[in-house]
Amino acid sequence: MEQGPAGGSGSAAAAAAGTGGLLLPLSETEQQRYSELFSRCCPPPEAAAGGSSVGELFRASQLPPDTLHQITEVCGAKRVGYFGPAQFYIALKLIAAAQSGFPVRIESIKNELPLPRFMALKNDTEVRYGTPAEFHGVKFQVPHSTLEKNSYKRTDEGDKQEPKSPPMSPICSPPASPSTYQRIPLSYGYGKARSGLEQQHGAPYEVKHSTHQQDGPSSGNYGAKSALTCSTPSRSLSVEREQQDSSTQYSDDPWRITEEQRDYYTNQFRSLQPDLNAFISGSVAKNFFTKSKLPIPELSHIWELSDVDCDGALTLAEFCAAFHLVVARKNGYQLPETLPETLLPEYLQAACLKPVRDCALFDSYSEPLPSSQQARDFTQTEKSSAEEVPDNSALLQDGKKDDKQALKVSTTLKTIPKEFQHLTVKAAAQEPNAFRARPRSRSYSSTSIEDAMKKGEEPPTPPPRPQKSHSRASSLDLNKIFQQNTQAVRSGWLPPPPPALPPRPSVSQTEQPSEVELHPQMNRPPTQAEENSSAKKEVVLAQPPSKPARRKLRTEAQGLETPELSPTINVTSSLPAAKPHLPVQKQSSKQKRAIQTAIRKNKEANAVLARLNSELQQQLKEVHKERIALETQLEQLRPVTVL
Amino acid sequence: SVLCSAPVQNYPLYIRSIPTENELKFHYTVHTSLDVVDEKISAMGKALVDQRELYLGLLYPTEDYKVYGYVTNSKVKFVMVVDSSNTALRDNEIRSMFRKLHNSYTDIMCNPFYNPGDRIHSRAFDTMVNSMMMQVC
Repeated sequence: MEQGPAGGSGSAAAAAAGTGGLLLPLSETEQQRYSELFSRCCPPPEAAAGGSSVGELFRASQLPPDTLHQITEVCGAKRVGYFGPAQFYIALKLIAAAQSGFPVRIESIKNELPLPRFMALKNDTEVRYGTPAEFHGVKFQVPHSTLEKNSYKRTDEGDKQEPKSPPMSPICSPPASPSTYQRIPLSYGYGKARSGLEQQHGAPYEVKHSTHQQDGPSSGNYGAKSALTCSTPSRSLSVEREQQDSSTQYSDDPWRITEEQRDYYTNQFRSLQPDLNAFISGSVAKNFFTKSKLPIPELSHIWELSDVDCDGALTLAEFCAAFHLVVARKNGYQLPETLPETLLPEYLQAACLKPVRDCALFDSYSEPLPSSQQARDFTQTEKSSAEEVPDNSALLQDGKKDDKQALKVSTTLKTIPKEFQHLTVKAAAQEPNAFRARPRSRSYSSTSIEDAMKKGEEPPTPPPRPQKSHSRASSLDLNKIFQQNTQAVRSGWLPPPPPALPPRPSVSQTEQPSEVELHPQMNRPPTQAEENSSAKKEVVLAQPPSKPARRKLRTEAQGLETPELSPTINVTSSLPAAKPHLPVQKQSSKQKRAIQTAIRKNKEANAVLARLNSELQQQLKEVHKERIALETQLEQLRPVTVL
Repeated sequence: SVLCSAPVQNYPLYIRSIPTENELKFHYTVHTSLDVVDEKISAMGKALVDQRELYLGLLYPTEDYKVYGYVTNSKVKFVMVVDSSNTALRDNEIRSMFRKLHNSYTDIMCNPFYNPGDRIHSRAFDTMVNSMMMQVC
């Protein structure tokens, strides 16, 4: 109990005593708040608060009118005829009581109560808009020691950077706000709110700034922080007014969604559900929000708050509200008991024209974005029809290509932090095929869509793909295997499939995602890789004979480009992939490169197969010769028997 | 008065009483009344869903208080214990209270973070229950 507030509380106590011997115990924080509010409602020279401003304030507490009347009666203002400090303080206390659910009676103010909450006071906006310019002069030397959370620091820096954003909304957070998930976009509102405050005071102001930043809508925090503010020297009534302004700002600003936030949320919504008018189902949303690593009871509460129609699904507005609450909670704000009005779906939907516009903006961010959208759509469709592997092979392929792009897009955008990037990718496709593919495709930047495809498309073959070595190493493996297999070739013609399989993923690792890339080109000089791949080809040839036919089909379908050797494994894997249909090619610059590498590898495979073919032909000839020899022998012998 | 909701396994998902003394006694009452509820359910025999979702009425009056039961079609039972001295409570009111409870319960169910069978921690539910009980007491 120090200065003005102390005096205020002293007078309040005295006045309260005057009203009926009731000693009104006010904690320090309450004194702070009440004095601010009082000074707000009544200009300093007067001793009593103006009825209209008081009425407004009370209405802002969002209590029903009857309660407010009751409060007015109980606090004695009606009797006395005006809102003196005592009445005002009692009224505030009663408001707090009513907001906490206690009946409006004198006795209830004796309890320990949180501070009364006031929402959306219009005075504040006017005040704020009035003098943004003055505020820019304020230096932000927020004592970082008081900041408990990093995001607050960022906020301050951001505020320094962007003090000039027009006060279109209470929170005009700079575009940098969505840069990481942990950022408090909300805190910018605090900065903006402060920008509207009339007066600039140096250190105490910033202290307040920091403390108020940490002050959430719950007054619990406020208590601690206003203790801090208590300690600041030289607080005049006008300062108090600013405080009170800002604090009332804070009570609704954190719950107001800025444009960047809305964009971000909309994009996240789109990642989960491409149609902005549709719902996100409960389970999808649950998985999504669980990734925010908030405890389940809090998530449960957030859901309760945001799903206003209680249908188990989130519309875009509800989703934005929920996301906003999650962000707020992660940044340290307490969750409110009821949904703040700025987060109500009706309110959000009123601003929903923006998301449409922002969609266009978003699309213009980067070219591949449409494809990433498409990827998401694709993956969505995959989701819906994810049963058959072969059917999805094409989709998967394209989906993975786009996914890769989507990954790149999201990184370039920098609006989606790593965490959510993966979440986006994950959330977009969680069906078995895609899911199998995804962990692999995300683990290295060059998508191993082939891997995914192979995995998906070769159910009979065991998919142990542990090795992720690069192609050259795999060719060494192939050498060894080929030598093993050549023995088998001589003897049996069926090299063991398992040795053939493991090198596949390693080969495909460097692959680009395209089935089409696999072209056996039958006109390459043999190399060791070829020989190796010929071994593989044997494996492949051992498989249903329709495959070579398909291989040819694919050869025809695709144009051959730079012939380079590459491990054949792709070919072998692609052959089964080629099973059902010719894949639909989506050409893009990256894909072209991918295709070229793939074609290279195909050609290697082709070469190997060609060699294999020639060897087999050789064998065939030999066998023929033997046969002929045997037949002639038989003929020679036969006349003897016949005769 | 006490309120309790319990699923098929007959452990209370939520129990709240005002005033808060004698809570243990209320717990006991509630548990015993669950047996009565089960009895009534089985007594209904082939009663279909419509019948099930019924207000079970006064389960049994004891010396101090009355117990009312309600079962939903998902076999979640609601039990309410009120003082006998509270004669102002009429049947309709009890029914409406149970209906409100049921609605709140379904709202909780819509929450994907709620696993059926968990204790109910929903604040909205608490608020509703509190306000309802305040009205009665």
